[in-house]
Amino acid sequence: MKWTLIIAAAAPVILATPVLAQSDPPAMQMPWPTTPPQTQAPAETGDQDADRLQMDHGAMDHSQMDHSQTGHGAAADDAVGNEPPPAAPTDHAAERFYTADEMAAARGQLQREHGGAIVSNLMVDMAELQLGDDETAFHWEGEGWIGGDINRFVFKTEGEANEDDVESAEVQALYSRAIGPYFDLQAGVRYDIEPRPNRVYAVLGFEGVAPYWFETTGALFVSDEGEVSARLEGSYDARLTQRLILQPRGEINFSADDIPELEVGAGVTDVELGLRLRYDITRNFAPYVGVSYETKLGDTADYASAAGEDESDMRFVFGVRVRL
Amino acid sequence: MFSRRRLLHGAGALGAGLVAARAFPAWAQTHAHGLGSPLPTLSGEEIALNIARMHLNVEGRDGHAIGINGTVPGPLIRLREGQNVRLTVNNALDEETSIHWHGLILPFQMDGVPGVSFPGIRAGSSFTYEFPVRQSGTYWYHSHSGLQEQEGHYGPIVIDPAHRDPIAYDREHVIVLSDFSFLHPHTIFARLKQEPGHFNMQRETILGALNGRDPPLSDQMDWAEMRMDPTDISDVTGSTYTFLINGHGPADNWTALFQPGERVRLRFINAAAMTIFNVRIPGLPLTVVQADGLNVKPVTVDEFQISVAETYDVIVEPREDRAFTLVAEAVDRSGMGRATLAPRAGMSAEIPPLRARPRSNMRDMGMDMSSMTMAWPGTEGANAPMDHGDMSMRDGANAPQVRMGPGVQSIAPMPVDRLGDRGQGLEDVEHRVLVYTDLEALETNPDVRTPTRSLELHLTGNMERFMWSFDGERFSEVVEPIPFRRDERVRVTLVNDSMMAHPIHLHGHFFELLTGPDGKRPRKHTVNVLPGGKVTFDLTADAPGDWAFHCHLLYHMHAGMFRVVTVRPLDETRS
Repeated sequence: MKWTLIIAAAAPVILATPVLAQSDPPAMQMPWPTTPPQTQAPAETGDQDADRLQMDHGAMDHSQMDHSQTGHGAAADDAVGNEPPPAAPTDHAAERFYTADEMAAARGQLQREHGGAIVSNLMVDMAELQLGDDETAFHWEGEGWIGGDINRFVFKTEGEANEDDVESAEVQALYSRAIGPYFDLQAGVRYDIEPRPNRVYAVLGFEGVAPYWFETTGALFVSDEGEVSARLEGSYDARLTQRLILQPRGEINFSADDIPELEVGAGVTDVELGLRLRYDITRNFAPYVGVSYETKLGDTADYASAAGEDESDMRFVFGVRVRL
Repeated sequence: MFSRRRLLHGAGALGAGLVAARAFPAWAQTHAHGLGSPLPTLSGEEIALNIARMHLNVEGRDGHAIGINGTVPGPLIRLREGQNVRLTVNNALDEETSIHWHGLILPFQMDGVPGVSFPGIRAGSSFTYEFPVRQSGTYWYHSHSGLQEQEGHYGPIVIDPAHRDPIAYDREHVIVLSDFSFLHPHTIFARLKQEPGHFNMQRETILGALNGRDPPLSDQMDWAEMRMDPTDISDVTGSTYTFLINGHGPADNWTALFQPGERVRLRFINAAAMTIFNVRIPGLPLTVVQADGLNVKPVTVDEFQISVAETYDVIVEPREDRAFTLVAEAVDRSGMGRATLAPRAGMSAEIPPLRARPRSNMRDMGMDMSSMTMAWPGTEGANAPMDHGDMSMRDGANAPQVRMGPGVQSIAPMPVDRLGDRGQGLEDVEHRVLVYTDLEALETNPDVRTPTRSLELHLTGNMERFMWSFDGERFSEVVEPIPFRRDERVRVTLVNDSMMAHPIHLHGHFFELLTGPDGKRPRKHTVNVLPGGKVTFDLTADAPGDWAFHCHLLYHMHAGMFRVVTVRPLDETRS
């Protein structure tokens, strides 16, 4: 089981990727939840801050001179005091005129309307027909979310069906939390409706935008049978024009275990590479054409040949990307 | 003084006239004859305003809007300095509303911000604002509830001075600039959250690089590495907006009349939700005489940038018997508002084409390099941010007070004072462009004391998540207000850590920008803080109460870029 070791070693790397991709300086990579607001000085500035601000103003005045254009005669040198700020009052002025209840309700609404909005999104990334050598399949991938800026409920689904039946169909329900400017940490459950026998998985993953605008998703799955697997996906939107977008896309799946009943071997199980050219009729509706290449690897490939299936397949695809 | 009966009669007559005139107040009708026309305004000590849903016809297409007394923009409220006014606002909507009197100095409980000054005006109810008019100049009013402002809930205010007006003019026109979308504002907000750059149809492309229209791919990749888009100048653009002048789209050609030789005063108000405009009238120099309602020493330019919520009064003196085009070009050049100044109705002049879309530069990233700045907007290299990879774009040590969370995408490493900078996209135009450092107050500043303390606030955001905040904290997660002692004088520095401009507005006060001669500094209620730059002003906290303080880009405010400022004590007894 050499792969088990590799997967075990790879998993933390996969999960660490978003953190590494958060920002340029390593020092700033602390995930938000573990960062207390310690840098927020009470009431904007304390005494020390006031001193620091003085210094900042000095710096500003220099730059003003460097780039002066006209009329910078303003009091650059006057001695601004460094009195501490007053304590923030605990009363609300409007309660002199309106009842405390009325104002409390209005303040609640004010807060919700200034940063507390709940927004949702429902995106069908792929709804496509795949034309292979000897079969035609329908493939879908979609994701929706609802929530605020930091905490969201995320729903994902993907699957494939041919003329005869649904080959694979999975749904995920995840709690998502923003952990940095670009990445979310996600945890929840995945349920595979197909293939049989059904599996339920615990999911721990990430989703976000890596440098160069690479959309990335990764997840570690642990099934109710104790099997461990992982998935890494990436895509990139190359804007040929404002509306014509070429999207290379890749997905790689791993399994730590050999699972004969699902025809999955340990190790890298399969790789999927796609190239799709879409036209944004609107940002919410874009038909596309492309190719998708999928290959099974290692023991998983052997299972496929034994079952009389192709190990790899090149397909022509066409479909739509829709935001509902 | 008007009796109530006479007022109602007047309102009825006004209403009838409006139906005939496609729901525009007289001063905003196509081919307006100027403010001298009869029935242009609501004035007096008793004013009634009715807020209701309506259809707004923009260039032949009907959109959903919220009107005031049946019009978008709402009626001109014309007052005189020294009078008292009672404004009764009836809410005929099925949701709460409010009116904030932008730039007016009044008691805090009349300021019209639900949750700060009062509880708001519930559906089907009315509220009477009452306050003395203590100033003169050009101001405006708008909803401070939800996203109603985007739907047309705004209108102009002109206050005539109690004594002689130092500005001489023969005729005047109010020019209300705004942006209108046929999308519901909540949809616009959702799109911004779902997909950054959703409305940007002027991004850099591979084809653009190949045919030389956009910078080379290596340069585009430098920006992509940082996950920043140098073309993200406006979040909501002409791809969904029609830019309006007095409620009319460019094709509607709103026309302001003049007689050749007249001194014409144009009172510009930027009532847009999200659009900063660059304004010019090819062929006519613009003499700026007032900013944010307060007179300034006249300064003549060929173009000025007006950020959201600012006002500028401008004198033009057309001598020829011909039409002139008034161009209000959106800062990202995705469209324009257009009107005509003409001696007679039905005329038009050449409409200049939209200029090339601006591109963010090093200065917008808070990385000032004089040589780099001079090279703008150019050529390869000048815009290549990663040539200076040693300078971190997100180092919390450069702003210790900022909470470094998911909502903070960048911290300007070397922000410089940008009061003397031209607005975005105007850096290299070859005619005269107004900058804040051109402004000098006409009247002596009322308070010239040296501030007793300083306060720094960071304007922070994450364009990828469409999160906007002060000091990294959205209002929804902020508990404490920003406190001031009554009558204290504070030097406030706003540091823009983001790569977008933010028009910052403080309610209930004017502040003196740190430019110009002592005692003659320009006083404003709204200041545009350019990307990666800073603005410093001195504030006398002379208005007791609780006041809103926010970015006036509507969706930035809605995303959390909002604070409450307190001034204590409330009572006359001073501390």
